[in-house]
Amino acid sequence: MGPDAASRQRIELALSDRQRQSAATPPPALAVSGLTVAYGEKPAVFSVDMTVAQGTMTAIVGPNGAGKSTLLKAVLGLVKPLSGEVRLFDLPLSRVRDRLAYVPQRASVDWDFPARVIDVVLMGLHRELGLLRRVRPEHLDRARACLARVGMEDFATRQIGQLSGGQQQRVFLARALAQSADLYLLDEPFAGVDAATEKAIIAVLKDLQAEGRTIVAVHHDLSTVRAYFDHLFLINTRAIAAGPVSEAFTSANLQRAYGGRLGEAQVAGMQVDGLQGHDGPR
Amino acid sequence: MIWQALTLQLGYNATLVAIGATLLGIASGVTGSFLFLRKRALVSDAVSHATLPGIALAFIVMVALGGEGRFLPGLMLGAALSSGLGLVVIGWMIRNTRLTEDAAIGAVLSVFFGAGIVLMTVIQSMQSGRQAGLESVLLGSTAGMLRADALVIGAGGALVLLAVLILRRPMLAVGFDPDHAAVTGLNVARTDLAMMGLVMAVTVLGLTTVGLVLIVALLIIPAVTARLWTDRAEVMVGFAGIAGGLAAYFGAAFSATAPGLPTGPIIVLASFALFALSLAIAPTRGGLASLLKQSRFRRRVHRRQGLLALALGQPIHESFTLALLCREGLARADGEPTDTGRAAAAKALLDEARWAALRADPAHGLTASRYDGLTPIETVLTPDQIAELDRHLPRPQKVT
Repeated sequence: MGPDAASRQRIELALSDRQRQSAATPPPALAVSGLTVAYGEKPAVFSVDMTVAQGTMTAIVGPNGAGKSTLLKAVLGLVKPLSGEVRLFDLPLSRVRDRLAYVPQRASVDWDFPARVIDVVLMGLHRELGLLRRVRPEHLDRARACLARVGMEDFATRQIGQLSGGQQQRVFLARALAQSADLYLLDEPFAGVDAATEKAIIAVLKDLQAEGRTIVAVHHDLSTVRAYFDHLFLINTRAIAAGPVSEAFTSANLQRAYGGRLGEAQVAGMQVDGLQGHDGPR
Repeated sequence: MIWQALTLQLGYNATLVAIGATLLGIASGVTGSFLFLRKRALVSDAVSHATLPGIALAFIVMVALGGEGRFLPGLMLGAALSSGLGLVVIGWMIRNTRLTEDAAIGAVLSVFFGAGIVLMTVIQSMQSGRQAGLESVLLGSTAGMLRADALVIGAGGALVLLAVLILRRPMLAVGFDPDHAAVTGLNVARTDLAMMGLVMAVTVLGLTTVGLVLIVALLIIPAVTARLWTDRAEVMVGFAGIAGGLAAYFGAAFSATAPGLPTGPIIVLASFALFALSLAIAPTRGGLASLLKQSRFRRRVHRRQGLLALALGQPIHESFTLALLCREGLARADGEPTDTGRAAAAKALLDEARWAALRADPAHGLTASRYDGLTPIETVLTPDQIAELDRHLPRPQKVT
């Protein structure tokens, strides 16, 4: 990203809510306000505000059990929030479903389900196909093109149970690509995948961003935040910090999010401030 | 007699019953597949057992109103109402208590069935003679089936199939990945409800044919059977319909030859016979097929290991490997390679070297991740790519 884009984003962040919603600037891809989600009587996400500008690539980062996935699920309407509001492109969820694509955690489904790779990708077209329309050659072509984008074109007729973890993750991404959405929400897309897959996925995501689409991903690997993302949202039940990676990805913020769980050596090793060792171990 | 029954030569009524039962079998095999893919097979057991109190109450009401107690559409309505209530109770228990689905199913199933049995006893003490044959809803009997009943069952089965045709896509999507389906705007709860409605319809339609105790078998066994034959959901649904239809047809035809025989158990046994046969011979997931697949894989591993050992001049210790190489004419009994063996060994070694080069090159990351130590590199790369790769090999090796 050039210096122009970075400074533009900084200016945009500085704008007040009212100004941002004026006709001139595009509405944020995602705006969450006062969101609280509880399982039983334990809040998993507490009074979180979050704004994601269009065309950015945001990592949601935080320790285990910090409510990262829950936040994503609440945005998608998969869990019911106790309070708060979610708006996407300044519209309620029900009116923007066409523009969303969700990549759930790979382990959330049974891969022994009787389906071929291409069948899973075609599920990304279900909304378009409706109840009765037949799958036509052009649909198959589109599904194959999506598979090619993630390097899986040779696996189209493979049974999904035979895939490796990384291949499964790429199939999930291909299904999301088939939806040709404007906002992609991914839950730990790099968890348990091989290095080659991780590279392939990040290349696709950066392509999507270059096309002007917005990416939000729950991410668990602090060492790659700087290389992969341009925005960061740090959460530990409450929102800890948010903003461009260059500003928000500081060891002070990470310590606040992770507390004692993040070793100081780890923080120092990640050169989080861009100035090595500047704000590292004390 | 049996042959006549199977070829529909036992008269108009028996033929109609067999056709009705077949349609029911197809509908229940198809419906049950979606239930199986949603991993909720057990729910059908609760649905079917929960019909009993409704049937008994419907009978009592119809007799009290001075009607015929065994009027089938009336009994079906009662069955549907009480199994619907059972489903609502299960759903409520899961949502509002910390009980899991299986516990809720167990509780509802036994309570409803118990209540139904008590009501059946009440009926027996009411007015003797008129309740005769009501027990047939437990295990099914086509003996006293009227032509109108067969028509109701056949038409109902056809309607269920039509509904499945319309709902197949949402039901499959919810079965594979409910969260993703929900994000695309599918109402998961309503899809599940529709699926349960279809299961209920099949159960109610099957009361007189299979009986409520065993309908679960006609819903689930065909699906499990079909799963052995295919790895595609749509194909599986079709196969399950065929398996269910066949089983129901056999059951109905056989019971036409012996009027005393309950139909349900025969249908279930026929269904199980198809399952057992499939388990043995199905090419996709059958027992024989997987044994064959395993042994073929084992031979591939041993062959490759043996060839690499030959290429590197190492001794082959495992007798299975040596026997395999000898049988293919690649090595002699003393472990020395034959000429063909030498060529194959060199080829295997070259393959390994090419794979190693491929895996060392980050540009080929995704291709390299397909390395399993067995796949010949020609199957993943074009000759041009291999030639390119060979230029980077540390020491080009010629196949001798």
